[in-house]
Amino acid sequence: MSAPETELQRNHDEAVLELQEVSVLYSGKPAVKKVSCQIYKNKITAIIGPSGCGKSTLLRSLNRMNDFVDGVSIEGRLMFAGQDLYGKDVDPVEVRRHIGMVFQKPNPFPKSIYNNIAWGPSINGYTGSMDELVERSLSQAALWDEVKDRLHDSALNLSGGQQQRLCIARALAMEPQVLLMDEPCSALDPISTAHIEDLMFELKSRYTIVIVTHNMQQAARISDYTAFMEMGHLIEFGETDQIFTRPNVKRTEEYVTGRFG
Amino acid sequence: MTDTSMHAGEGTVIRKTQRRWGESFIQGWLKACAGISIFTTAAIVILLVVESLGFFQNVSPIEFFFGTRWVPLLEPSSYGVLPLLWGTMLVTVGAAVIAIPTGLASAVYLSEYASDRVRRWAKPLLELLAGIPTVVYGYFALTFVTPMLKVILPDIQVFNALSAAIVVGIMILPTIATLSDNALRAVPVSLRQAAYALGATSYEVTTRVVVPAGLSGIMASFLLAISRAIGETMAVTIAAGQTPNLSLSMLESIQTMTAYIVQVSLGDTPSGGIAYQTLFAVGMVLFAITLIINIISQWILSRFREVYD
Amino acid sequence: MAFVSETEIRNLQKRHRKSRLFRRLCAGITWLSIALLAVLLIRIGMDGIGWLDWQFLNSFPSRFPSRAGIKSALVGTLWMSVLVAVISIPIGVSAALYLEEFAGRGRLARFIELNIANLSGVPSIVYGILGLAIFVRFFMLERSLISGALTMSLLILPTIIIASREAIRTVPQSIRYAALSLGATRWQTTWSHVLPASFPGIMTGVILALSRAIGETAPLIMIGALSFVAFLPQGPMDSFTALPIQIYNWVSRPQPEFHELAAAGIIVLLVVLLLMNAAAIYIRNKTERRLK
Repeated sequence: MSAPETELQRNHDEAVLELQEVSVLYSGKPAVKKVSCQIYKNKITAIIGPSGCGKSTLLRSLNRMNDFVDGVSIEGRLMFAGQDLYGKDVDPVEVRRHIGMVFQKPNPFPKSIYNNIAWGPSINGYTGSMDELVERSLSQAALWDEVKDRLHDSALNLSGGQQQRLCIARALAMEPQVLLMDEPCSALDPISTAHIEDLMFELKSRYTIVIVTHNMQQAARISDYTAFMEMGHLIEFGETDQIFTRPNVKRTEEYVTGRFG
Repeated sequence: MTDTSMHAGEGTVIRKTQRRWGESFIQGWLKACAGISIFTTAAIVILLVVESLGFFQNVSPIEFFFGTRWVPLLEPSSYGVLPLLWGTMLVTVGAAVIAIPTGLASAVYLSEYASDRVRRWAKPLLELLAGIPTVVYGYFALTFVTPMLKVILPDIQVFNALSAAIVVGIMILPTIATLSDNALRAVPVSLRQAAYALGATSYEVTTRVVVPAGLSGIMASFLLAISRAIGETMAVTIAAGQTPNLSLSMLESIQTMTAYIVQVSLGDTPSGGIAYQTLFAVGMVLFAITLIINIISQWILSRFREVYD
Repeated sequence: MAFVSETEIRNLQKRHRKSRLFRRLCAGITWLSIALLAVLLIRIGMDGIGWLDWQFLNSFPSRFPSRAGIKSALVGTLWMSVLVAVISIPIGVSAALYLEEFAGRGRLARFIELNIANLSGVPSIVYGILGLAIFVRFFMLERSLISGALTMSLLILPTIIIASREAIRTVPQSIRYAALSLGATRWQTTWSHVLPASFPGIMTGVILALSRAIGETAPLIMIGALSFVAFLPQGPMDSFTALPIQIYNWVSRPQPEFHELAAAGIIVLLVVLLLMNAAAIYIRNKTERRLK
């Protein structure tokens, strides 16, 4: 799975999201400054950088979750399926149906496991078999076998790692094109983290994943592309191999090696 | 795993902003409900001002604000509001004299001395005093407090300002105790530790460090309690009587602004007459006084928040 | 000891004595206040308990103390609480949801907040004047249950809104984000997640506000609730009496028998309030346990 991609495949990588000089400002103060890059289909893109560098802010602007923070404004263009996500007549609610998100801390609804999965599709008018969709989503998130006998128990009784996989399943039930993950393993123990990393490999055949992580080993292990950010700037973007072994920018090298020893 | 038909493929188009009628309707409803508060305030102000203006076409403001006789329902009538204001003030000051020291002492006890277990019991019990309907306090004043006072003060009248002041004091005590307790508990523990480290006793720490640090919250609680005492109606109507006068003695029957309003509404006063209009003139004085006190107390509280955030 | 002089020791002892005295004073005052509550309750219990029987609960008011009862007042209070609940809960909770979930930090929201804060400090009798002028006279609803209920609803709306907002604020932000990230609208998020999670807290606040409405007397006197009602209201347009009105009526009579009737009425009123408060505490404790 982690075998390096061949040149040929790379050339066929297709961009799903294209960021064109995207800036994110908090009450006029820029937190993300003119970032341009592409997010490729069925790949895992990791965003790394020191804390406070704007990586989570950037991630949250990809599905317009920043809309809920007071005083945030966006500049530049964020193209998705031929449209600017921040275009005038784009419905932010619609954006989030296509671009799902998993948060730093597991945040299941205080409802049953089943209803955690079923709620999103049901409000969006899903007409197929809900039982099948729940099973499929939980299976994709590698949680089905653990919970199939207690689907109607409260989700809050699950362990932290299980809760996070439930949150992934919940996002998958919406069948998003892109899945955004904001440090999804930072609140989890190493075994649960390994579970989720395995899961991400499974998922990339069907989904495009963008993950923010402060853990560089994790980025190196799982991602195909890596973006390194510092103080709001995108310092370097490229294939993960290249970023970690022969970075073009000195700052990237310092950061990557500084932690790698 | 079945493949899904729902999964949108290459040609995904994000739908344009839709008018969600249900959503808009609900948001409109929620907004309207919140807006009721604006309409209520506006209705109170407009009603009181308009009706008072009608009153002032019949009675000069000079007579109203500076006259010393309040005889609105009998001939020859006289419309000096001072006796009513004086009655309200007697009861309020009396209540404050009782409630401020005891309320503050209770707050100090609850926040500085009482164990958590005691606090968990004592605070709700104190708050119960505020939950008892005011008509009950009126009964208590008339049938218990006044007879008790008569033992010590044989001259006391059946209806008197003193017993009203005492029960209103009891009534507003929890307001002071609870809010001051909150203010004292908001004082950082580190401040207390610093004072203890200098060798201060608990009395010195409390009176010289903690209380001064929580002073703005404490002052706000005093003001809120005083405003409640001014607006208090049933206990003073029952216990203090219906005799507007400028007496200095708390042992005599007086009339407060609120008690007068009750008195008028109990009689069958025809709409439109001067007597009916007095309701609004007195109501406006009452509203203006309590509003000003409340605004001052909110202003003090908002400053207080700035200090500790 | 050598490093503390005789005078210093005496000084220290004095300070400690003062400190102990202060502590005892504060404790004493607190317990004295609580003892007052006990005196008040015991006193009323002793005055009224003798009159409290089925006949008292099941009779209409009368000129003769021995035949007087609080049936119409009790039924009136019941009617009032139901009407006030039906009017004030949807409006109050909606207003709270607007301010917490939809309004943001705009000027309108701050203006509304200011209004609510001020309204919560307006004396109840002023609401009575408002109710008299608006509902009784202007809308010509007469001295009816509905006039009283509308007036009381205005009176307790600020309390309900403030309490509901506090309950809504305890819902973790992460729950909202989870729902919104699934492509839910604000209202879908609010209805399916915020409201159910804050429901127990809202109910606690609402019950406490309603119990305030039940004990309020002055606004009802203003809008003209009658004190002598020898019939049961059949609908919201009927005239009515309520427990505190009946109590006031009995208190204001000179005969001691009527005072004892008032005490019996107070016992009934306090029992009603106690039951409501117990319900509120029960709901709070139950949910506290669930959240742990």
